[in-house]
Amino acid sequence: MQHVKANDGVGLPAALEVSGVSHFYGEKRALADVSFSVAPGRFAVLLGLNGAGKTTLFSLISNLYDTPHGTIRIFGHDVSREPGEALRRLGIVFQARTLDLDLSVDQNLSYHASLHGIGRAEALSRIKSLLAQTGMIDRLHDKARSLSGGQMRRIEIARALLHRPPLLLLDEPTVGLDIQSRAEILATIRELVRTEGISVFWATHLIDEVEDSDHVVILDKGRVLTDGRVDEVVRGCGAANISGAFAMLSGVASVSAGGMHR
Amino acid sequence: MTMQSVTDVIPANAQRGFRVGQYFVCLKGILFREGLRFLNQRERFVSSLVRPLLWLFVFAAGFRQVLGVSIIPPYKTYVMYEVYITPGLCGMILLFSGMQSSLSMVYDREMGNMRTLLVSPFPRWFLLSSKLLAGVTVSTMQVYAFLAVAWFWDVRPPWTGYLLILPALFLSGLMLCSLGLLLSSVIKQLENFAGIMNFVIFPMYFASPALYPLWRIQESSPLLHKICLANPFTYAVELIRFALYGQLDWGSLAVVVTVTMLFLGGAILAYDPSKGLLGRRPDTGGNA
Repeated sequence: MQHVKANDGVGLPAALEVSGVSHFYGEKRALADVSFSVAPGRFAVLLGLNGAGKTTLFSLISNLYDTPHGTIRIFGHDVSREPGEALRRLGIVFQARTLDLDLSVDQNLSYHASLHGIGRAEALSRIKSLLAQTGMIDRLHDKARSLSGGQMRRIEIARALLHRPPLLLLDEPTVGLDIQSRAEILATIRELVRTEGISVFWATHLIDEVEDSDHVVILDKGRVLTDGRVDEVVRGCGAANISGAFAMLSGVASVSAGGMHR
Repeated sequence: MTMQSVTDVIPANAQRGFRVGQYFVCLKGILFREGLRFLNQRERFVSSLVRPLLWLFVFAAGFRQVLGVSIIPPYKTYVMYEVYITPGLCGMILLFSGMQSSLSMVYDREMGNMRTLLVSPFPRWFLLSSKLLAGVTVSTMQVYAFLAVAWFWDVRPPWTGYLLILPALFLSGLMLCSLGLLLSSVIKQLENFAGIMNFVIFPMYFASPALYPLWRIQESSPLLHKICLANPFTYAVELIRFALYGQLDWGSLAVVVTVTMLFLGGAILAYDPSKGLLGRRPDTGGNA
């Protein structure tokens, strides 16, 4: 069967559907009428500067905050109405480090498995196979504290995949990592999309993490500026590449390959 | 990739909700993690013991000449001052531990550990109650460790008392931990433990019968006596004191159960995304 195209949504509900979502912190509006959807099996990038509202959006998708304005659905399950059904289909890698440093890799991962109702025997076999895939199996009993930044991220990704979610959310997963770790993690996730068919929603402000065939949602000051296949967005703007398109859409002065700055 | 593999990942007829067994797996995981964290912080265990032992060894020794405790229920004879303050010190352990767990949750929230808990698909009331249960279990063990040391200091309640205080400790611990949980959700940033000590722990501890019987307080200040009666910690201490001597103080039990339900309900509400306070502030990790 062919690739599922972004937004075609025939037969299956969208992996992630955000419609008409606004969010306020007191008087300050963090998100304004945000709408887009991610088709199953796609690698979708949420592109925006720091402060664009990416983390707020992720907090809403993971039901940390309520969504009084608009709806968010994960594979057709409304996050506010059926949080359990929505959350079990969602794996999430937070921007902040969330491993317990005093516990071992195994203990960290087992804790997560139990939070999804996965018993010890099943959890251990999944943990071993995930760690084997990322070449970290020999660190199973090491304290999380002893891992490097890139290794911690890999463990956090393994953790997010433990309950086999069809949708994986990553909030700036490569921030603070060296070039090699960044490339490896990006490659691992892209491989997952190809081989396992999971859907990925990847927030970043790093232009060079975007490929032409990706689905991109550009967020600026809480608004969606554009949403579609990268090459189509670029063509639509008449820009040379995605960074040019971003600059045109948001009025950002300079966009370098490594990141964007106002 | 294919459509087929998508449905492989999560079958269309995937089970909804969780089986009872899976709830146990989740509860066990939360208890186990709390236990591991506790074992990894031995200083915390030692300091939780040192504090009440100082009161018992030093403070009580100094005050027993000053404070005479007359015969009041549940005691049938004159008791040593050490004996009198032991239930209050048990309460103190629960109080500190409850507040400490509230502080650790604020820390957790900032470090993102609370987030990893809250994105679990289990119902939020279940997750928070499990977290509380874990905290209470740890503080109950601390109380027994304290009582074991106190035994060598000639504080020797009847052996049945050791069994009977278990439910009293558990309930009181639940009350104080849910108070802590409520505080952690309401107070934006607990500056440090000192703030909690000055504004919550010490007032609750001193305005209670933990160190002196309430009738003595009434003699010196009727107003203070009223404050003590309004303090839920008072009832926790009395519940523990009576249980230690094989008696059930129904009045205290009623207050402790009611207050626990109020605090716990408040905490669950505060952490409920649709009603809670979390969404009102932008500081829950990351930038915007």
